[in-house]
Amino acid sequence: MSTAAVFGGEGAVPAEAFDDGPAPKRIVVAYGFWIFLLSDIVLFSALFATYAVLVNATAGGPAGAQLFSQTRVAIETGCLLVSSYTCGLMWMAIGARNPTATYLGAAVTFVLGAAFLVLEFSEFAGMIAAGATPQRSAFLSAFFTLVGCHGAHVTLGLVWLTVMMAQVATKGFLPAVQRRLACFSLFWHALDIIWVGIFTVVYLMGIR
Amino acid sequence: MSSTQSHDRAPGDDTPIQTGGEAFSELLVYTTGFVLAIILTAISFWAANTSLLWPPGVPLGLAVLAIAQMGVHLVFFIHITTGRDNTNNVLALAFGILIVLLVVAGSLWIMTNLNANMVAPGELMNLHMQH
Repeated sequence: MSTAAVFGGEGAVPAEAFDDGPAPKRIVVAYGFWIFLLSDIVLFSALFATYAVLVNATAGGPAGAQLFSQTRVAIETGCLLVSSYTCGLMWMAIGARNPTATYLGAAVTFVLGAAFLVLEFSEFAGMIAAGATPQRSAFLSAFFTLVGCHGAHVTLGLVWLTVMMAQVATKGFLPAVQRRLACFSLFWHALDIIWVGIFTVVYLMGIR
Repeated sequence: MSSTQSHDRAPGDDTPIQTGGEAFSELLVYTTGFVLAIILTAISFWAANTSLLWPPGVPLGLAVLAIAQMGVHLVFFIHITTGRDNTNNVLALAFGILIVLLVVAGSLWIMTNLNANMVAPGELMNLHMQH
């Protein structure tokens, strides 16, 4: 009896189970960027832990319930969620090599991200004008660090998106450009995941 | 993209161009995730603002909803699956979650303990911490 017969003969196990070869570069690049994103999420977990420890340390200053506007947070959340969806649609347009749909998806994603930032900056400006500055209490220091760090990531994402659209315009859908766009869409979706944590822990739990 | 095609490709090759059927199923995945995320977000905002629910239970409910929504984002937007080519991503994610849990739960546990054990200078702490 041959070995092939023992294992059920040729074709019993799909050939692809053995003949993988090295993984394509796009898989490797996405994996490396995924590890970076996880390290970024670990950084945010430290900021979340700091905030949760200091949330009651208001030092006689304003607490979250007096500062946070539910409507503004709901609109911010909507902006980021829809922009995550349009980022997915942009990724599909890239898969179909459709430049017009790619630009359209990127433009909508950019506008929604920018709208989120405008709302966040106006919130910060209003708080600082009312005397709720980062120096006022440990609670406010932790708040501005956590939410501001997320806002800085969104700002960086918008710059990155602009650069990527310039690359699509000048270089077209080269494999390298596609890999960078894949990393960008991972980054943008990860920012939305962190925002889910922020609106739950900071804003929704904060008004109670 | 068929599996045989993807294995015949050399590393660094182009991503295959999508056909209409694949694009439709991908659109379905994104849209499903989007709808689920909207529903979970809406429930979160409702639960935080309603007076119908038992107030001490609401933060736990909000945490569960947030974790569920993060799961939806991971599966439908970031496309973490149980597929063979995703094993490394899942393992890295599991390690990331472990570290996040250690950092958050560990910090809260230790700091709560410290606060509770500050008996003698408790009033002094209260001035700063309002605990």
